[in-house]
Amino acid sequence: MNEEALPQIDDEPGSGNTSLLSDTEFMENLRSQMLKFATLQLSDAHLAEDAVQDALIGALKNANSFGGRAALKTWVFAILKNKIADVLRQKQRTINASSLLREDEDEEDFAALFNAKGFWQANERPVAWANPEESFREGQFWHVFEACLENLPGHQARVFMMREFIELNSHEICAAVGITVSNLNVMLYRARVRLRECLENRWFAEKEQPC
Amino acid sequence: MLNCQEITRLFSESQERSLSWKERMWLKMHVTMCSGCRNFGKQMDALRQVSHSYVKGEDERAEK
Repeated sequence: MNEEALPQIDDEPGSGNTSLLSDTEFMENLRSQMLKFATLQLSDAHLAEDAVQDALIGALKNANSFGGRAALKTWVFAILKNKIADVLRQKQRTINASSLLREDEDEEDFAALFNAKGFWQANERPVAWANPEESFREGQFWHVFEACLENLPGHQARVFMMREFIELNSHEICAAVGITVSNLNVMLYRARVRLRECLENRWFAEKEQPC
Repeated sequence: MLNCQEITRLFSESQERSLSWKERMWLKMHVTMCSGCRNFGKQMDALRQVSHSYVKGEDERAEK
């Protein structure tokens, strides 16, 4: 792991401290968040535990250079992402493709979104989201995002995170999971449709309510 | 003429591969008439932005 490639630690300059690491609640939270993420990605508790451990040890060694929680979390996740990507690229076909497809074969409630001709049902038509970037500054927005991710079926969440969090390309994901590109496209589509709907209903539409 | 279900699939796929000229024309034509799909298309980019910001620890920078 090349530490040169890690992101610049730039927030809250000058306030480098070790107290962050003695903030046990924050560290415990971060650890469990990372472990959940790694376990889902690697579908192997031992590999996940090792990856998280390595990333945290790296953070402890460099404790003095972190100005704040965001910087520490960014750094730890950057290491974890690289580790997971390496493991996934080596390890192929980790889960049984047929079980994966079975979960995805059911047409779910997508019929409720579109009418028989495949056009939006009037009450399901996506609305415009006002200034998504502004929402990023609100802690509550991120709780909603996490809750929406949790609501995805496990396999959809896994491939979505491989694509958007770890930034693997389609071929890398297909090789790691043992599915075809068209399977993957369907899974990512469903994950995005669900996430979009969830964020809209639980966040963006709420914000539009008149007071 | 593609319906909304097919158009939204294309929007999702455009996050993984570059679409053909023909596919891009279908999208363009469709969104001039359909606000739902136009919003959906923008939200695909927003989802990517949200994900990348999340991994960069943006949630820890937010006001609690």
